[in-house]
Amino acid sequence: MNGWAFWLDPNTLWVLAGCVLLGLSCGVLGCFAFLRGRSLLGDALAHAALPGVCLAYMVSGVKSTSLFLIGAVIAGLIASFCIAMLTKHSRIKEDSALAIVLSVFFGFGIVLLTSIQHSGQGNQSGLDKFLFGQAASLVGSDVTAMIVISAALLLLTTLLFKELKLLVFDSGFGRGLGYPTGLLDGLLMLLLLVCVVAGLQAVGVVLVAALLIAPAVSARYWTEKLGTMVLLSGCFGALSGVLGTLLSTRVENLPTGPVIVLAATLMFLFSLLFSPRRGILMRLINFLKLRRKVLEDDLLQALYELIEVDRTSPLTRGYAADRLASKAGKRPASVRRALTSLQRRGLLAPAAAGAASTNRSSDAEWTFTPAGLQAAHNIVLNRRLWDVYWMNEQQYQALAIDQNQEELTSQLAPDVLDEMLRQLASYDLLPRLSGHEEYAAPYPTRQGGLSS
Amino acid sequence: MNSFWILLTGALVAASCGLLGCFLILRRMAMLGDAISHAVLPGIVIAFLWSGSRETLPMLLGAGALGLVTVLLVQMLRQGGVKHDAAIGVSFTALFSVGVILVSLYASQVDLDLDCVLYGEIAYVPWDTWQWAGMEMGPRAVWGLGGVFLLSLLVICLFYKQFKVCAFDPAMAAAVGIPVTLFHYLLMGLVSLTTVASFESVGAILVVAMLVVPAATAYLLTDKLHVMLIESVAIGILSSILGYALAAWLDSSIAGAITTVAGLFLLLAFLFSPRYGLVVKAWRRRTIKWNQRTNL
Repeated sequence: MNGWAFWLDPNTLWVLAGCVLLGLSCGVLGCFAFLRGRSLLGDALAHAALPGVCLAYMVSGVKSTSLFLIGAVIAGLIASFCIAMLTKHSRIKEDSALAIVLSVFFGFGIVLLTSIQHSGQGNQSGLDKFLFGQAASLVGSDVTAMIVISAALLLLTTLLFKELKLLVFDSGFGRGLGYPTGLLDGLLMLLLLVCVVAGLQAVGVVLVAALLIAPAVSARYWTEKLGTMVLLSGCFGALSGVLGTLLSTRVENLPTGPVIVLAATLMFLFSLLFSPRRGILMRLINFLKLRRKVLEDDLLQALYELIEVDRTSPLTRGYAADRLASKAGKRPASVRRALTSLQRRGLLAPAAAGAASTNRSSDAEWTFTPAGLQAAHNIVLNRRLWDVYWMNEQQYQALAIDQNQEELTSQLAPDVLDEMLRQLASYDLLPRLSGHEEYAAPYPTRQGGLSS
Repeated sequence: MNSFWILLTGALVAASCGLLGCFLILRRMAMLGDAISHAVLPGIVIAFLWSGSRETLPMLLGAGALGLVTVLLVQMLRQGGVKHDAAIGVSFTALFSVGVILVSLYASQVDLDLDCVLYGEIAYVPWDTWQWAGMEMGPRAVWGLGGVFLLSLLVICLFYKQFKVCAFDPAMAAAVGIPVTLFHYLLMGLVSLTTVASFESVGAILVVAMLVVPAATAYLLTDKLHVMLIESVAIGILSSILGYALAAWLDSSIAGAITTVAGLFLLLAFLFSPRYGLVVKAWRRRTIKWNQRTNL
């Protein structure tokens, strides 16, 4: 199959259409399953379909896709009923219930499958194909069935979007509003089941579960809105369907189902690493930035407090890097890097006195620039206000302070700020170095709190 | 003699899986067993391609390594902020796909077919014997499984207390200084080994069944861990014996029949367990109601 000739091959087109539709509907429904914490349900339902298919064949004696589908759906319904019963009426937890139903149904299915094989009722190879997936065997009628099924699934999801949204995010609230959440949950289960059964033929028992999970998890990385997530997930699913089919038509012996799953997994990995807000790379960058900021703030505070304790002039007296490092409790090497960065930001400068006493830059003594003193003052004030807040949490509980924000001062009303400053003064912790004026005022009596 | 070997293999699978399954259930990691049993496929194929034979040792090593890779992957994804079940689902299906692709690409060189991988064939066990110093030493699977069983038994006996605390209260275990992560990986390593050793005889899905179903049955019958372990192993062995008989009667897959019997045992326990059974609870409720009515 060279060049683009395969576009003209009707067989490939059927397979392509089938896989795209499958990816689309699995992606869309997978979102709801994922958000409901039921990602592995698809796996269990897919395995549980085996006895249904075998029984359908044993009862009817013919190999008909639609009969197999009906058998699989019935078996899936029984399986989800069993899972619900096991978790509701015994101490068995949900994960064990899934594993039990998955394996017992599959085992029973294998008993049926092998006894069909051994009884010699003609050729049973169609059963295997149906369960272990062979996208290449999809023909026109299968794809027509898939089109109908996917259209129905997508239509139902669109119509019930609001209800499903409520169900996955806050089912208790939904029940309170009077929505039949039990019924909706059952419906979601049924939709999932139909989707899984439709996918069996193309990608097989194990891998249809992946199509439900991977696109949904990937989409979650890119958005905070359910509508966007569902759309994205559907697109990811469809795209992996396209990639899988195209690759497997190009390379000999490459099975379609696993390639589709690998394509979806690659998209997941890409999202995991590079998504702008939740991706690992972005989080790593943010973490490093935060660490640098904390280190620099710590150093400014250390210098500020050293000057406070020694009661020297803030803009002239300098301290060596090692002294700052031991005061802030940081490693000297990283402290030196941070000091140069602070110098570049114009917050610190080598002290005049220090420069006179020694010329070696590594031993240079550092002091504030006026801007640096102001910045350090703000940092120290903010941190000490937080200390006061935590020490008197009961008193300030009613204020609805966002404890995750770094800045406290801006969150406070003027009278609360005054109260806190008064408390700071009573602990003898009010930061007193600021602006351009030299430090002159005699420090109030008790001062143990600062240096220790 | 063949029946004996098949029964012995089934009993060994049931015993090792039953032992480890209890801890999986208690730690709510039943689906991790499912994940491992699928994800070892690429390990088996790579070991097979690399060693060029069906020797047990390379396969055990390859698959054991992949089992641990799965556990690591799940752990890493969880730390990256992915939900637990989604993390399991993504990692094992991806690894399984790699395995299936490898099998298809090297189909001519690999004497493994997917049916065998998925549902195994215990009936062939007696013919794959192990010769050592010119002597027939019995089926290879029995030796592999026996070794893994003894290893699991030894590890669990040695560290029984640690495993117990980790299973019921990992936070407390960490607080009293037990290396929880180490025991987690030790357990997962044993699960991987057992999965692989059982693989050829019972297949991927049925390993999950033997790991979870007898243990869950025992879980419904008792509140004591050591009783649960013993009952789980006993139920597993009983299921494998009855399953063999059922398979002979129906002329069907032995592994499937063993699973079916195990499922039936679970159903019985679910309904009639003296403490947690559905019927027993309903009956107890009725007695209370009746007593109240007579007292009034």
